[in-house]
Amino acid sequence: MTDAISASDAGQSVQRVVLNSGDIDRALTRIAFEIIEANKGTQDLVLLGIPRRGFPLAQRLAQKIAAAQPGFDAKASLGQLDVTMFRDDLARQPTRSPLPTQLPKSGLDGKVVVLVDDVLYSGRTIRAALDALVDLGRPRVVRLAVLVDRGHRELPIRADHVGKNLPTASSEKVRVHLSEIDGTVDEVVIEAGA
Amino acid sequence: MKHLLSTQDLSRKDALDILDTAEEMAQVGQREVKKLPALRGRTVVNLFFEDSTRTRISFEAAAKRLSADVINFSAKGSSVSKGESLKDTAQTLAAIGADAVVIRHWASGAPQRLANTDWIDARILNAGDGTHEHPTQALLDAFTMRRHWAKLAGTGSAGTDLSGMRVAIAGDVLHSRVARSNVWLLRTLGATVTLVAPPTLLPVGVDAWPCEVSYDLDATLEQGVDAMMMLRVQKERMNASFFPSAREYSRRWGFDDARLEALDRHGLKDTIIMHPGPMNRGLEISSAAADSARSTILDQVSNGVSVRMAALYLLLTGGRDDETSTSHAATEGIPA
Repeated sequence: MTDAISASDAGQSVQRVVLNSGDIDRALTRIAFEIIEANKGTQDLVLLGIPRRGFPLAQRLAQKIAAAQPGFDAKASLGQLDVTMFRDDLARQPTRSPLPTQLPKSGLDGKVVVLVDDVLYSGRTIRAALDALVDLGRPRVVRLAVLVDRGHRELPIRADHVGKNLPTASSEKVRVHLSEIDGTVDEVVIEAGA
Repeated sequence: MKHLLSTQDLSRKDALDILDTAEEMAQVGQREVKKLPALRGRTVVNLFFEDSTRTRISFEAAAKRLSADVINFSAKGSSVSKGESLKDTAQTLAAIGADAVVIRHWASGAPQRLANTDWIDARILNAGDGTHEHPTQALLDAFTMRRHWAKLAGTGSAGTDLSGMRVAIAGDVLHSRVARSNVWLLRTLGATVTLVAPPTLLPVGVDAWPCEVSYDLDATLEQGVDAMMMLRVQKERMNASFFPSAREYSRRWGFDDARLEALDRHGLKDTIIMHPGPMNRGLEISSAAADSARSTILDQVSNGVSVRMAALYLLLTGGRDDETSTSHAATEGIPA
């Protein structure tokens, strides 16, 4: 994977592109193979994306896994897991509207569930996702794949598959743009904090 | 949104927010574990000064599914029968630490009073006040209609409204808070509403409401309706002769078997029949109509839980900056 860090704006570089679309695609390809390797195949594999940007990432991973392992049914192994109702900051943040949760028809019992999200930061979203999973079934194993790990964990949670480890200051903002949701070119950008 | 007091001041965006959230809440009802932790540690008080079965049970189920603690209070068997005032009751609830109060009261405006005074600093949800409003009932009716309307259009219901839908509401409009709440809400969501009732059961000033008025149920059906809502004849509020006899009412304004057949005759195969319950079978609705495939009466009950979960969730979560932007700040209270 390339380590290219390019300054986007000519003048004050308040935004830095840290991953371009090629970097994101290569990172996802590597994660897809890591998932197959860790699972020793695609047996019982379920990919659950966390809205909003985790879902298109899970979708892309499923396609890549299916391309590598023709026996893998990408559609039937893909789902979306909304964690809004399980967050620990509901009383503090502005009201969030819940998004749909869609699970594969075969359910989660006994499966190897890979949670997919765009950025791993405090770990609180993943904590909420683990709680949400408990109410939906009993997976055999739960793993975590993220495109970017930016550090600053507040809970004892780590990712099994990471696209890129990104050292950041907590005042900075990491933004992931994906064509499916943002309608722009895929990229990961760091914005300087105020 | 700080309180849910009426549908008249509910914006289209807020209404759609509640309905869309309710769609997600409905999913929870299908699961094995019907529980979400969103309102853990919050206390919801059901303050019922009037009898109710489904509204109270529905609010209780909704609050429990969101993990809130529920305290049920009914005026019978409480200090209200010893003459305690609404203010003292409210202050008692405030002292207990209620985060939300679901209130049903025989006096129109009682929920507004709780919201506007500094008696209690909790979210107020109107569960029916006198002959004024019953907003969650209207929201669950709209939710039921929207699902039907979206299914006909072949789309998902999230984000859609009721544009173009023709709704007729027949029966005792004069005493019906359900009719009032529905008129405002359905209008906001883009439906056209026709009220059908004997002139004696229409309120003064109904011509200023955003709806049509008809005295002839058969003519209204002939013009075509997509949802037909029957209202209960409220015997407990029939303190004057509003109509000559139950039999005459049933023949002219009840949804009987003949009118059920008339729907087929007019080619209205997709028209649904609604009733907020409890029904007087044989009076405003015949058993054949209530139990027909067109009837959504039981869907309305199960949708009620989803809609009330959505309302409780949206009112009880959200940060403090949300509160400063709403008008009913509890501090600008009217002296008692």
